[in-house]
Amino acid sequence: MKDSSGETRIIATRAYVAVWLVLLVLLAATLAVARLQLLARYSVLGSLLIATVKAGLVLAFFMHLKYEGRFLKGLLLLTLSALGLFIGLTFADVWYR
Amino acid sequence: MSTQTGHIDAAGKKMGMWFFLFTEILFFGGMFLLYSIFRYKYAQDFHNAAAEENIVLGTVNTAILLTSSLCIALSISAIRRGERFFSSWLQLVTIVMGVAFLVIKYFEWMAKIDIGIYPDSPVLLKMGGGQTLFFGLYYVMTGLHGLHVLVGCVVIAFMMHFTMKQTINRGNVARLENTGLYWHFVDIVWIYLYPLFYLIT
Repeated sequence: MKDSSGETRIIATRAYVAVWLVLLVLLAATLAVARLQLLARYSVLGSLLIATVKAGLVLAFFMHLKYEGRFLKGLLLLTLSALGLFIGLTFADVWYR
Repeated sequence: MSTQTGHIDAAGKKMGMWFFLFTEILFFGGMFLLYSIFRYKYAQDFHNAAAEENIVLGTVNTAILLTSSLCIALSISAIRRGERFFSSWLQLVTIVMGVAFLVIKYFEWMAKIDIGIYPDSPVLLKMGGGQTLFFGLYYVMTGLHGLHVLVGCVVIAFMMHFTMKQTINRGNVARLENTGLYWHFVDIVWIYLYPLFYLIT
Protein backbone atom coordinates (compact mmCIF):
# COMPACT_ATOMS: atom_id res chain seq x y z
CA MET A 1 0.00 0.00 0.00
CA LYS A 2 1.09 3.61 -0.33
CA ASP A 3 1.13 6.19 2.40
CA SER A 4 0.50 9.90 1.85
CA SER A 5 4.03 10.50 0.56
CA GLY A 6 3.49 7.87 -2.13
CA GLU A 7 6.07 5.52 -0.66
CA THR A 8 5.24 1.85 -0.34
CA ARG A 9 4.95 1.18 3.35
CA ILE A 10 6.26 -2.07 4.76
CA ILE A 11 4.95 -2.57 8.25
CA ALA A 12 7.74 -3.81 10.49
CA THR A 13 7.67 -7.44 11.59
CA ARG A 14 7.90 -6.24 15.18
CA ALA A 15 4.67 -4.23 14.83
CA TYR A 16 2.79 -7.23 13.42
CA VAL A 17 4.07 -9.53 16.16
CA ALA A 18 3.09 -6.95 18.80
CA VAL A 19 -0.47 -6.79 17.39
CA TRP A 20 -0.61 -10.60 17.37
CA LEU A 21 0.50 -10.76 21.03
CA VAL A 22 -2.17 -8.23 22.02
CA LEU A 23 -4.75 -10.35 20.14
CA LEU A 24 -3.72 -13.44 22.12
CA VAL A 25 -3.87 -11.51 25.39
CA LEU A 26 -7.39 -10.35 24.47
CA LEU A 27 -8.32 -13.96 23.67
CA ALA A 28 -7.16 -14.99 27.14
CA ALA A 29 -9.04 -12.03 28.63
CA THR A 30 -12.31 -12.88 26.90
CA LEU A 31 -11.97 -16.50 28.04
CA ALA A 32 -11.33 -15.39 31.63
CA VAL A 33 -14.27 -12.97 31.59
CA ALA A 34 -16.60 -15.71 30.36
CA ARG A 35 -15.38 -18.61 32.51
CA LEU A 36 -14.91 -16.74 35.79
CA GLN A 37 -18.14 -14.77 35.32
CA LEU A 38 -16.10 -11.65 36.05
CA LEU A 39 -18.69 -9.27 34.66
CA ALA A 40 -21.71 -11.26 35.82
CA ARG A 41 -24.73 -10.00 33.92
CA TYR A 42 -22.61 -7.84 31.63
CA SER A 43 -20.60 -10.83 30.33
CA VAL A 44 -22.34 -10.83 26.92
CA LEU A 45 -21.57 -7.14 26.47
CA GLY A 46 -18.00 -7.69 27.70
CA SER A 47 -17.36 -10.58 25.29
CA LEU A 48 -18.70 -8.64 22.33
CA LEU A 49 -16.71 -5.53 23.26
CA ILE A 50 -13.49 -7.56 23.44
CA ALA A 51 -14.36 -9.21 20.10
CA THR A 52 -14.85 -5.74 18.59
CA VAL A 53 -11.47 -4.56 19.89
CA LYS A 54 -9.87 -7.68 18.36
CA ALA A 55 -11.67 -7.11 15.05
CA GLY A 56 -10.56 -3.47 15.14
CA LEU A 57 -6.91 -4.45 15.62
CA VAL A 58 -7.07 -6.91 12.70
CA LEU A 59 -8.75 -4.25 10.51
CA ALA A 60 -6.39 -1.43 11.48
CA PHE A 61 -3.06 -3.27 11.26
CA PHE A 62 -3.36 -6.58 9.40
CA MET A 63 -5.77 -5.09 6.85
CA HIS A 64 -3.90 -1.74 6.87
CA LEU A 65 -7.09 0.27 7.34
CA LYS A 66 -5.11 2.65 9.55
CA TYR A 67 -3.13 3.72 6.48
CA GLU A 68 -6.06 3.93 4.07
CA GLY A 69 -7.73 7.11 2.90
CA ARG A 70 -11.04 8.53 4.03
CA PHE A 71 -12.90 7.11 1.05
CA LEU A 72 -12.36 3.47 1.96
CA LYS A 73 -12.90 4.10 5.67
CA GLY A 74 -16.14 5.90 4.82
CA LEU A 75 -17.35 3.01 2.66
CA LEU A 76 -16.66 0.54 5.47
CA LEU A 77 -18.52 2.78 7.89
CA LEU A 78 -21.42 2.94 5.42
CA THR A 79 -21.54 -0.87 5.19
CA LEU A 80 -21.41 -1.32 8.95
CA SER A 81 -24.07 1.38 9.38
CA ALA A 82 -26.34 -0.45 6.93
CA LEU A 83 -25.90 -3.66 8.92
CA GLY A 84 -26.51 -1.74 12.15
CA LEU A 85 -29.67 -0.29 10.65
CA PHE A 86 -30.94 -3.74 9.63
CA ILE A 87 -30.31 -5.10 13.11
CA GLY A 88 -31.74 -2.01 14.83
CA LEU A 89 -34.95 -1.97 12.76
CA THR A 90 -35.47 -5.71 13.19
CA PHE A 91 -35.09 -5.40 16.96
CA ALA A 92 -37.47 -2.46 16.99
CA ASP A 93 -39.99 -4.74 15.29
CA VAL A 94 -39.40 -7.57 17.78
CA TRP A 95 -39.62 -5.31 20.81
CA TYR A 96 -42.75 -3.38 19.86
CA ARG A 97 -44.66 -6.06 18.07
CA MET B 1 2.21 2.57 -10.66
CA SER B 2 3.74 2.11 -14.09
CA THR B 3 6.32 -0.58 -14.75
CA GLN B 4 7.99 -2.00 -17.81
CA THR B 5 5.52 -4.87 -17.89
CA GLY B 6 2.63 -2.45 -18.19
CA HIS B 7 0.27 -0.60 -15.96
CA ILE B 8 -0.73 -2.29 -12.72
CA ASP B 9 -3.71 -0.67 -11.01
CA ALA B 10 -2.98 -1.84 -7.46
CA ALA B 11 -5.36 0.70 -5.90
CA GLY B 12 -8.23 -0.39 -8.16
CA LYS B 13 -7.65 -4.07 -7.39
CA LYS B 14 -7.63 -3.36 -3.68
CA MET B 15 -10.84 -1.33 -3.92
CA GLY B 16 -12.51 -4.20 -5.80
CA MET B 17 -11.52 -6.60 -3.03
CA TRP B 18 -12.93 -4.30 -0.38
CA PHE B 19 -16.24 -4.04 -2.27
CA PHE B 20 -16.41 -7.83 -2.27
CA LEU B 21 -15.68 -7.86 1.47
CA PHE B 22 -18.54 -5.37 2.03
CA THR B 23 -20.92 -7.86 0.42
CA GLU B 24 -19.44 -10.56 2.66
CA ILE B 25 -20.08 -8.41 5.74
CA LEU B 26 -23.75 -8.19 4.77
CA PHE B 27 -23.85 -11.91 3.91
CA PHE B 28 -22.61 -12.97 7.35
CA GLY B 29 -24.45 -10.01 8.91
CA GLY B 30 -27.80 -11.55 7.99
CA MET B 31 -26.91 -14.66 9.98
CA PHE B 32 -25.65 -12.62 12.92
CA LEU B 33 -28.98 -10.80 12.83
CA LEU B 34 -30.87 -14.11 13.00
CA TYR B 35 -28.65 -15.25 15.86
CA SER B 36 -29.28 -12.10 17.89
CA ILE B 37 -33.06 -12.18 17.40
CA PHE B 38 -33.35 -15.85 18.37
CA ARG B 39 -30.94 -15.40 21.26
CA TYR B 40 -33.13 -12.56 22.49
CA LYS B 41 -36.28 -14.69 22.19
CA TYR B 42 -34.82 -17.92 23.61
CA ALA B 43 -32.15 -16.64 26.04
CA GLN B 44 -32.35 -19.63 28.40
CA ASP B 45 -32.31 -22.24 25.60
CA PHE B 46 -29.27 -20.59 24.02
CA HIS B 47 -27.60 -20.53 27.42
CA ASN B 48 -28.16 -24.27 27.89
CA ALA B 49 -27.25 -25.21 24.33
CA ALA B 50 -23.98 -23.23 24.37
CA ALA B 51 -22.86 -25.32 27.35
CA GLU B 52 -22.59 -28.24 24.88
CA GLU B 53 -19.81 -26.48 22.98
CA ASN B 54 -16.21 -27.55 23.49
CA ILE B 55 -14.63 -24.35 24.76
CA VAL B 56 -11.06 -25.72 24.62
CA LEU B 57 -11.28 -26.60 20.92
CA GLY B 58 -13.00 -23.27 20.20
CA THR B 59 -10.24 -21.34 21.96
CA VAL B 60 -7.45 -23.31 20.26
CA ASN B 61 -9.09 -22.67 16.89
CA THR B 62 -9.29 -18.94 17.62
CA ALA B 63 -5.57 -18.87 18.48
CA ILE B 64 -4.79 -20.79 15.28
CA LEU B 65 -6.71 -18.35 13.07
CA LEU B 66 -5.19 -15.29 14.77
CA THR B 67 -1.70 -16.75 14.25
CA SER B 68 -2.45 -17.61 10.62
CA SER B 69 -3.46 -13.99 10.07
CA LEU B 70 -0.06 -12.92 11.41
CA CYS B 71 1.65 -15.34 8.99
CA ILE B 72 -0.13 -14.10 5.86
CA ALA B 73 0.53 -10.47 6.90
CA LEU B 74 4.24 -11.26 7.38
CA SER B 75 4.36 -13.05 4.01
CA ILE B 76 3.24 -9.82 2.32
CA SER B 77 5.95 -7.82 4.12
CA ALA B 78 8.48 -10.48 3.11
CA ILE B 79 7.63 -10.33 -0.61
CA ARG B 80 7.82 -6.53 -0.45
CA ARG B 81 11.39 -6.93 0.79
CA GLY B 82 12.02 -9.36 -2.08
CA GLU B 83 12.24 -12.44 0.16
CA ARG B 84 10.48 -14.87 -2.12
CA PHE B 85 11.21 -18.12 -0.32
CA PHE B 86 10.45 -16.80 3.14
CA SER B 87 7.18 -15.37 1.80
CA SER B 88 6.08 -18.68 0.25
CA TRP B 89 7.08 -20.52 3.40
CA LEU B 90 4.85 -18.20 5.47
CA GLN B 91 2.01 -18.79 3.00
CA LEU B 92 2.48 -22.52 3.44
CA VAL B 93 2.33 -22.14 7.24
CA THR B 94 -0.92 -20.16 6.79
CA ILE B 95 -2.43 -22.98 4.72
CA VAL B 96 -1.34 -25.59 7.29
CA MET B 97 -3.03 -23.56 10.04
CA GLY B 98 -6.20 -23.21 7.95
CA VAL B 99 -6.26 -26.99 7.46
CA ALA B 100 -5.59 -27.54 11.20
CA PHE B 101 -8.57 -25.27 11.93
CA LEU B 102 -10.77 -27.39 9.65
CA VAL B 103 -9.54 -30.67 11.14
CA ILE B 104 -10.39 -29.44 14.66
CA LYS B 105 -13.78 -28.28 13.34
CA TYR B 106 -14.31 -31.76 11.91
CA PHE B 107 -13.73 -33.38 15.32
CA GLU B 108 -16.07 -30.85 16.95
CA TRP B 109 -18.82 -31.58 14.45
CA MET B 110 -18.28 -35.35 14.71
CA ALA B 111 -18.48 -35.21 18.52
CA LYS B 112 -21.89 -33.53 18.18
CA ILE B 113 -23.11 -35.81 15.42
CA ASP B 114 -22.13 -38.82 17.57
CA ILE B 115 -24.51 -37.72 20.32
CA GLY B 116 -27.23 -37.18 17.75
CA ILE B 117 -26.98 -33.41 17.36
CA TYR B 118 -27.11 -32.62 13.66
CA PRO B 119 -29.63 -30.75 11.52
CA ASP B 120 -33.05 -32.44 11.47
CA SER B 121 -31.92 -35.24 13.84
CA PRO B 122 -34.56 -36.74 16.18
CA VAL B 123 -32.54 -35.72 19.25
CA LEU B 124 -32.31 -32.13 18.06
CA LEU B 125 -35.96 -31.86 17.08
CA LYS B 126 -36.97 -33.22 20.49
CA MET B 127 -34.98 -30.48 22.25
CA GLY B 128 -37.34 -28.01 20.67
CA GLY B 129 -37.46 -24.24 20.43
CA GLY B 130 -34.31 -22.31 21.06
CA GLN B 131 -31.90 -25.24 21.33
CA THR B 132 -32.85 -26.51 17.88
CA LEU B 133 -32.35 -23.01 16.52
CA PHE B 134 -29.00 -22.62 18.31
CA PHE B 135 -27.53 -25.78 16.78
CA GLY B 136 -29.08 -25.00 13.40
CA LEU B 137 -27.36 -21.61 13.43
CA TYR B 138 -24.18 -23.25 14.75
CA TYR B 139 -24.00 -25.62 11.78
CA VAL B 140 -24.93 -23.00 9.20
CA MET B 141 -22.61 -20.28 10.49
CA THR B 142 -19.55 -22.41 11.31
CA GLY B 143 -20.20 -24.39 8.13
CA LEU B 144 -20.22 -21.33 5.88
CA HIS B 145 -17.26 -19.94 7.78
CA GLY B 146 -15.41 -23.25 7.33
CA LEU B 147 -16.17 -23.11 3.61
CA HIS B 148 -14.54 -19.66 3.53
CA VAL B 149 -11.47 -21.08 5.30
CA LEU B 150 -11.30 -23.89 2.74
CA VAL B 151 -11.59 -21.45 -0.18
CA GLY B 152 -8.91 -19.28 1.48
CA CYS B 153 -6.52 -22.24 1.70
CA VAL B 154 -6.99 -23.03 -2.00
CA VAL B 155 -6.48 -19.38 -2.99
CA ILE B 156 -3.32 -19.11 -0.87
CA ALA B 157 -2.01 -22.29 -2.55
CA PHE B 158 -2.38 -20.48 -5.89
CA MET B 159 -0.58 -17.46 -4.43
CA MET B 160 2.31 -19.72 -3.38
CA HIS B 161 2.51 -20.95 -6.95
CA PHE B 162 2.55 -17.36 -8.28
CA THR B 163 5.14 -16.33 -5.69
CA MET B 164 7.47 -19.17 -6.69
CA LYS B 165 6.92 -18.38 -10.39
CA GLN B 166 7.69 -14.74 -9.49
CA THR B 167 4.56 -13.39 -11.16
CA ILE B 168 3.92 -12.14 -7.65
CA ASN B 169 7.00 -10.09 -6.82
CA ARG B 170 8.00 -7.00 -4.89
CA GLY B 171 6.57 -4.75 -7.62
CA ASN B 172 3.33 -6.70 -8.07
CA VAL B 173 1.84 -7.79 -4.76
CA ALA B 174 -1.84 -6.93 -5.33
CA ARG B 175 -3.09 -10.52 -5.62
CA LEU B 176 -1.32 -11.59 -2.44
CA GLU B 177 -2.50 -8.48 -0.61
CA ASN B 178 -6.11 -9.14 -1.65
CA THR B 179 -5.76 -12.74 -0.51
CA GLY B 180 -4.51 -11.41 2.82
CA LEU B 181 -7.51 -9.07 3.11
CA TYR B 182 -9.86 -12.00 2.49
CA TRP B 183 -8.06 -14.20 5.04
CA HIS B 184 -8.17 -11.46 7.70
CA PHE B 185 -11.87 -10.96 7.02
CA VAL B 186 -12.53 -14.67 7.59
CA ASP B 187 -10.53 -14.32 10.82
CA ILE B 188 -12.75 -11.42 11.93
CA VAL B 189 -15.92 -13.46 11.31
CA TRP B 190 -14.51 -16.16 13.58
CA ILE B 191 -13.57 -13.54 16.20
CA TYR B 192 -17.33 -12.93 16.55
CA LEU B 193 -18.46 -16.56 16.17
CA TYR B 194 -16.19 -17.63 19.04
CA PRO B 195 -17.84 -15.63 21.85
CA LEU B 196 -21.35 -16.09 20.40
CA PHE B 197 -21.21 -19.89 20.27
CA TYR B 198 -18.60 -20.89 22.84
CA LEU B 199 -18.41 -18.25 25.55
CA ILE B 200 -21.87 -16.78 26.05
CA THR B 201 -23.56 -19.28 28.31
